[in-house]
Amino acid sequence: MTATILTVDDSPSLRMAIRIALTNAGYTVAEAGDGVEGLAQAAATRFDLIVTDLNMPNMDGLTMIRELRKQPAQAGVPIIFLTTESDAGMKAQAKAAGATGWLVKPFVPDQLVKIARKVLGR
Amino acid sequence: MSAVDPVAIFRVEAGELLDQVEQDLLDLGHRLTDAALVDAVFRSLHTLKGSGAMFGFDALAAFTHHCETAFDRVRKGLAPATAELVAVILSAQDHMRALVDGDAPRADGDAILARLEAAIADGADLPVGAPVVAGGGGWRLSFALPVDAMANGTNPLMLLDELRELGPCTIVARTDTIPPLDDLTPTDCHIGWDVTFAGAVTREAIEDVFIFVMDDMEMTLAPLDAAADEVTPDVDLPPVTDVARADPVSVAAKAGESVRVPAERLDTLMDRVGELVIAQSRLSQLAGQDGGLALRSVSEEIERLAGELRDTMMVLRMVPVATLFGRFRRLVHDLARDTGKAIELVTEGETTEVDKTVVERLFDPLVHLIRNSCDHGLETADQRLAAGKPEAGMVRLSAHQAGGEVVITIRDDGRGIDRTRVRAKAEANGLIEPGAVLGDQELLQLIFAPGFSTAAQVTNLSGRGVGMDVVKRTIESLRGTIDVASIDGEGSTITLRIPLTLAIIEGLLVRVGEGRYVVPLASVEECLELSLEEDLRSRARSLITLRDQLVPFLRLRDLFATGTRPDPWQKIVVVSTGAERVGLVVDQIIGNHQTVIKAMSPLHRDVASFSGATIMGDGGVALILDIAQLVATGQSRDQSREERLRAAG
Repeated sequence: MTATILTVDDSPSLRMAIRIALTNAGYTVAEAGDGVEGLAQAAATRFDLIVTDLNMPNMDGLTMIRELRKQPAQAGVPIIFLTTESDAGMKAQAKAAGATGWLVKPFVPDQLVKIARKVLGR
Repeated sequence: MSAVDPVAIFRVEAGELLDQVEQDLLDLGHRLTDAALVDAVFRSLHTLKGSGAMFGFDALAAFTHHCETAFDRVRKGLAPATAELVAVILSAQDHMRALVDGDAPRADGDAILARLEAAIADGADLPVGAPVVAGGGGWRLSFALPVDAMANGTNPLMLLDELRELGPCTIVARTDTIPPLDDLTPTDCHIGWDVTFAGAVTREAIEDVFIFVMDDMEMTLAPLDAAADEVTPDVDLPPVTDVARADPVSVAAKAGESVRVPAERLDTLMDRVGELVIAQSRLSQLAGQDGGLALRSVSEEIERLAGELRDTMMVLRMVPVATLFGRFRRLVHDLARDTGKAIELVTEGETTEVDKTVVERLFDPLVHLIRNSCDHGLETADQRLAAGKPEAGMVRLSAHQAGGEVVITIRDDGRGIDRTRVRAKAEANGLIEPGAVLGDQELLQLIFAPGFSTAAQVTNLSGRGVGMDVVKRTIESLRGTIDVASIDGEGSTITLRIPLTLAIIEGLLVRVGEGRYVVPLASVEECLELSLEEDLRSRARSLITLRDQLVPFLRLRDLFATGTRPDPWQKIVVVSTGAERVGLVVDQIIGNHQTVIKAMSPLHRDVASFSGATIMGDGGVALILDIAQLVATGQSRDQSREERLRAAG
């Protein structure tokens, strides 16, 4: 069974880039445009991995991660957030919120796939 | 939004990144030891490389990689930042632009890389920090994950799998920290592991496995051949892996705050809004004539909405002039190099916002003006010192908004415009009669006359005197004005006044005969009545007295040859272009009118007196009067008439 990955990002172009990279690597990809949509999607489907941006309108990534981790059903679901090197504080905050790992922007598709493999093991 | 082409977006972003690199490099040229600038350049290059690879610009990524590597060495103190390095990266940066556009000759890139190699080779014999080389003898690793690691999505089994993939190893679980069953939360992680690697594995490879949990976990990693109790602290782990390195200017974080839209879509939207405003004014006219209360209230609602939409649209098109000013720093840098003068460019008011179209069309004129200041205006260092001035010449570029206009000034502290030479040149070129009496402003304005050049020698910088008249024409095509002021020995100032937007103006709608015309409200000074009696009295000389000043006036009815009888109470609209005023005699003043400017057709473009046309609420067309042109006509008529009078007298 292929792993299903949810990507949460308000930038359509970045979502597109992520979807293309992960789909090519054989994963099934769902998309959400902000934290609110992300929560709704995660409530409906249990994803194997969630890749989320932090800066988003409506609900930012940090809040979404915290909300997800409050739900027992989401325990253990790996969450990778996208960040920038300058956001060292952000990294710590996201980890504290319950994120599994991060991917620094910008990234090449291979890096994303490598990380997906790393946390999914497949 | 699926139609958005990521590659096109990348091109725009790459352009901005390269602009940033250019700015930082130029700053770095002045402050070679500024680590923050080195970092900034490095990060921009890194971002460019990363996104380039992401969007398939492999040549760009590969080329940028070399530059990035060079800067990384500088950043780490392995090589010094030198003027030569800055110069090489500047040219490399130009090459990157070409790569982004997709038309870069490979040989150029190779030549630059060769220079780059030479530039950083200077620092090559600096001590290179000894990298921690993996012990061939293996490692002893001991780690325990944070308690919440599993709940937060880290699967320890996968970490162990990854460790196994690195090379042959033995893994032993430490279960001594597992709490009694009653206290155990199943999602908590209490197990620790001891791993022994027998073969050659690099330290980095091991650390990479733990990249996401390293900050919070307990980990000791020691070479096998070292003493067992020698524990490597986990604090000196270099967080510089490919994945963990990145940039403040994040491509997507920016996209989160703003949306990129191609300018042409904005233009289309602008057209639609323009049409909406026109349709709306037709609607309110109809509603005003025979509409019921209900229709009128809807019409007012739509009027308000259309107005707000138009204002919002205007703001959307505004961009700060910083985008324009930034491009001149490179220009001045190059000019300083080519002329051998020390030149400092000071910019002010970069946040002033102007319509995008205006910004684009201002670029060429400003290039000419700045070149002129640097080339003709500023003296050489020796001359400046002799004149008691600082060695470095200054060019000050500033912008501010004044009413509906943006005022841009280019000021230099050079020798000023030599009026005697301007006059001599103009006489030699037949622009003026020898000995003609000219006002100071008139004399200075001669530098904008076609085919005029005061440079004793034509240099390759300022061109061959084909620039300034083009500058003036461009500014006028933007419905702007250009003024010159100059003080001998102290420098000259060129002031451009440009309307904020080209698309919509407030106009005064007037009727002349049966035609309707729009006078741009910005240039209207006042409106007067011209009684039939006064009209007859002034017939001879077309001048009225306005607060003790004589103002010439033009009868538009005559000028446009309407062939109609004048209204008994004609009106004079007094318009001005800064210093000069002229009255326009019209039959009726209809009122204010929001004018959406439509360009004249190519067939009518050369018609003087009109700068454009607009469509009225009732579907009719009104022509927009070109005030500059009319004032000039009015003033010259006045002069010729006075001359005739003088000759007759």
